[in-house]
Amino acid sequence: MEKFEKLTGVAAPMPLVNIDTDMIIPKVFLKTIKRSGLGVNLFDEMRYDRQGNEIPDFVLNKPQYREAEILVAGDNFGCGSSREHAPWAIKDFGIRCVISTSFADIFYNNCFKNGILPIVLPEEQRDILMKDAEKGSNARIEVDLESQTVTSSDGEVFHFEVDPFRKHCLLEGLDDIGLTLEKSASIDAFEAQAAQSRPWV
Amino acid sequence: MSPKTLYDKIWDAHVAHEAEDGTCLLYIDRHLVHEVTSPQAFEGLRMSGRTVRAPDKTIAVPDHNVPTTADRVNGITNEESRIQVDALDTNAKEFGIHYYPVSDVRQGIVHIVGPEQGWTLPGMTVVCGDSHTATHGAFGSLAHGIGTSEVEHVLATQTLIQKKSKNMKVEITGKLKPGVTAKDITLSVIGRTGTAGGTGYVIEYCGEAIRDLSMEGRMTVCNMAIEGGARAGLIAPDETTFEYIKGRPHAPKGAQWEAAMDWWKTLYSDDDAHWDLVITIPAEEIEPVVTWGTSPEDVLPISATVPAPDSFKGGKVDAVRRAIEYMGLTPGQKLSDIEIDTVFIGSCTNGRIEDLRAAAAVLKGKKIKDGLRAMVVPGSGLVRAQAEEEGLADIFQEAGFEWRMAGCSMCLAMNPDQLSEGERCASTSNRNFEGRQGYKGRTHLVSPAMAAAAAVTGKLTDVREMM
Repeated sequence: MEKFEKLTGVAAPMPLVNIDTDMIIPKVFLKTIKRSGLGVNLFDEMRYDRQGNEIPDFVLNKPQYREAEILVAGDNFGCGSSREHAPWAIKDFGIRCVISTSFADIFYNNCFKNGILPIVLPEEQRDILMKDAEKGSNARIEVDLESQTVTSSDGEVFHFEVDPFRKHCLLEGLDDIGLTLEKSASIDAFEAQAAQSRPWV
Repeated sequence: MSPKTLYDKIWDAHVAHEAEDGTCLLYIDRHLVHEVTSPQAFEGLRMSGRTVRAPDKTIAVPDHNVPTTADRVNGITNEESRIQVDALDTNAKEFGIHYYPVSDVRQGIVHIVGPEQGWTLPGMTVVCGDSHTATHGAFGSLAHGIGTSEVEHVLATQTLIQKKSKNMKVEITGKLKPGVTAKDITLSVIGRTGTAGGTGYVIEYCGEAIRDLSMEGRMTVCNMAIEGGARAGLIAPDETTFEYIKGRPHAPKGAQWEAAMDWWKTLYSDDDAHWDLVITIPAEEIEPVVTWGTSPEDVLPISATVPAPDSFKGGKVDAVRRAIEYMGLTPGQKLSDIEIDTVFIGSCTNGRIEDLRAAAAVLKGKKIKDGLRAMVVPGSGLVRAQAEEEGLADIFQEAGFEWRMAGCSMCLAMNPDQLSEGERCASTSNRNFEGRQGYKGRTHLVSPAMAAAAAVTGKLTDVREMM
């Protein structure tokens, strides 16, 4: 997994609440058997018309946001389906960090498996960053995972919380499966004990 | 011993390893797999030279992409869909996991097949690369959706890296009024809590109205726990649960059944267990409901009117404005005046036998409105066979419904069953998101009985007027 340490970049504002994973990557793109190449279809139905032309009003089609690396979003981002195609598409587009007041549980987990940092901030702070993002490419937001801070373009610093284990994995780019397999002895022991206590499983 | 919730008990029985910071390896008893979220996980195993640790606990069914027309026996026409289903065929064989292919009468939606075959049992941990895994919580098992990276993790290690969620109790007191169903309960709860209300929690549903539900109804309630943002929904097992399980192909038998029952009977929340949040709703306050917007929280009784955006707060104001425009509605319009083009009965929310019985009871001796498209997609081949045996298929077909083969179908429209632009559907599925049932399609979520009523009148209808 790609490491996440620090990021300074343009943030795209998406104030809509309840942006669901069907919006992030519509189902027609779930028929792939690969993880790559989904960035071009990120937010497909909001981003292109039926003929495949870009809709100029959509935020990621605007010149100042085409290279956005951060998304500042409305409440409950990523709700709905468990499709990991959503973070795959976000990452493939080039976005490495999403800031909101809340995320749906499965989407939040999926981000950490893909080198994306989801940041939860209180509404007032998110709103300040949303206004910052609306300024376009002149306002660059800085995200520092080590110090757990987001800095607005005006130099205002906000602290965020992140689970220490997830932080560690993201900073080091660690592979979860490799880490778990180091604990195989515990899994073996659990299985042996469960075979006794719950043999019907 | 300190008092525990049902969630606490199941969690404690599955911790294979706990780190100092509370990060746990949770052992997984059942891993369900479908064709959409698994190919990259199997590919990952291959690339790293790993294998499936517990193939006997891994069950695969193709459901999202499969056509629901009878000619599917000749193969899947859409090339991408075919490749995905073929990949599952190959992966199931190569890794030696249990498999129900399209040609098997037991094939169907993974969340219907699992319980039907007795794979889902009380006290288990159940995961699947699918958010509606919450369905299995109806058996008092801890069941939730995971992403594809986690699918690979479970395949390789039979565990998940987890931190514990908080405990929420949703109690539905008293008895439901006639015409009100499990679907109305679960939508009404989301209407109150919102789609993020359950974030960070595992919900246990309890109370007389929940106890009174059949297993099918309980699965409908738990299925939509995810729509309320919760990691999982749970209902403590009782005689209804045990009765449902007994004799199913993979349920324990003989002495193992007795041993299992001894444990299952301890699976309830202790009286003085700690709850982080409690929500109580009197059953008599629940009406037959419909959704009017593009989020499952956009729900109101059928007797209500389309709300005005200004009656909401914060970011929801713009979201409602957008939703009402997308749905082609006007604030103040009566919900029961909304005309529909299509009715879809099926999905892991409402594709079980009892759902079909409820819809057929409304449709018996009636015809669907002229020009309407209506289809029933049973949740599994066995549900389909049973409905045919009970004469339900005849009722649907005589009324003008198409009688389809099993699959996810128009719930998410990955197969050819889709809404066209602007088409409006009364649907027994679980998501009314923009484009969910087809590009620019419009979805109103309802119970099976309400869907049947809408099919007859051609508009959203209070089923109680037809009872």
